[in-house]
Amino acid sequence: MLQTNLKHLLSAKDLEETLKSNENVMVCCGRMGPMCIPVYEVMDELQGEYSHVAFRDMEFDTADAAAIRNLPECRNFRGLPFTVYFKNGKVVKATSSIQNKDQVTSVLNSEFSAKVSVK
Amino acid sequence: MSSPSFDVIVIGAGPAGLTAGIYLARAKMRTLILNEGTVGGQLVLTHEVANYPGVESTSGYQLATTMRNQAQKFGCTIRSNVSVTKLDLEGETKSVEVNGRETVTAHAVILAPGGRSRTLGVPGESDLRGKGISYCATCDGDFFQDKNIIVVGGGNSALEEAVSLTKYASSVTIVHQFDHFQASAHAVEEAMQNPKISFIMESTIAEFIGQESLESVQVKHIPTGEVTEIAIEGAFIFIGYVPNTETLHGLVDLNQAGEIKVSPFLETNVSGVFAAGDSITKRYRQITTAVADGTVAALSAIDYLSTVSESRTAEEVLHI
Repeated sequence: MLQTNLKHLLSAKDLEETLKSNENVMVCCGRMGPMCIPVYEVMDELQGEYSHVAFRDMEFDTADAAAIRNLPECRNFRGLPFTVYFKNGKVVKATSSIQNKDQVTSVLNSEFSAKVSVK
Repeated sequence: MSSPSFDVIVIGAGPAGLTAGIYLARAKMRTLILNEGTVGGQLVLTHEVANYPGVESTSGYQLATTMRNQAQKFGCTIRSNVSVTKLDLEGETKSVEVNGRETVTAHAVILAPGGRSRTLGVPGESDLRGKGISYCATCDGDFFQDKNIIVVGGGNSALEEAVSLTKYASSVTIVHQFDHFQASAHAVEEAMQNPKISFIMESTIAEFIGQESLESVQVKHIPTGEVTEIAIEGAFIFIGYVPNTETLHGLVDLNQAGEIKVSPFLETNVSGVFAAGDSITKRYRQITTAVADGTVAALSAIDYLSTVSESRTAEEVLHI
């Protein structure tokens, strides 16, 4: 299991249920490696600001992670992590390799609308 | 003017910044660490750390997490993934604008912004990052099973990672701009003895080509100017680091490489401003040297604060 503060997707069924019960979902599929950890940390920091988005991680080297690895949008990806953004269960954006906070925020704002403040 | 919110602001949370934070907070200095990326800096990008004294073997992430916890335990405030949008380092009170909307102040500042992997800056590089172009062999090597790949660079990292990539790739071609390597003799010998590795010397990358993923690379032979296109599916780039000092131009003295000029006590040319870690002028950039820098910069800042304390109010000194 990944050592992050995010909720983990442990199976393909988990992913399916998360997509069914959330309009906006961001999944980072990776390892506890140098390119992945910064993305998990950015997601963790943004969780409070983007309460209308479900932030999840998934361990890349599990059989069930094929649900992410084999997405057509990830077909040409050759860099960890694979980060996929879903809206109403459909992929709206996918990125490969390390992403900084500005890059993640930019996608969240364009695909899921701007952040919702939590008071 | 109201009294500063902190005694010291440290910019950067790599090993240098975190160590400075540990020393400052232990000395009861009100300390804020601001970091533009992930806490740990380039340390987090290291899979295994085996030469940090007192620790037999650990990951960069774990070591960074321990340093962060230590700093926080002593009372240091750490804010990561923030943007430092403006710096005013002149005068007795230094101010730092964060995220373009908030200003924090301190009596002293330690600059420890670290560095980042150097990129080639050639066409195709940014578009194909993560789609064939990588800067981390241990992260992405297994995507290139039985593929032909190149490694760009001639230092220890390039040659050592080229050898490690032969576990996956069917062929590894090292492209280097000089006619000799900067790597150690041992690393060069190991690469040369590996039957999967070949070399293209005195050459640079002109362009990476590919529609949805990397398909080929144009290699330019420097002496003749001749450009050759080679079909490859992967490129790993290890051409050193650049200091994160772009925003410091005009604020403190930098050398031609953009590194911060410092005294032996890690003072910059600006009173009350110190610097530490990979962004300063020095020869060896290691976790241990960054930690040493952080220690020296913190102690120098504490010393500086004691000399200016006469001009500070009793409330400020006692933090009441």
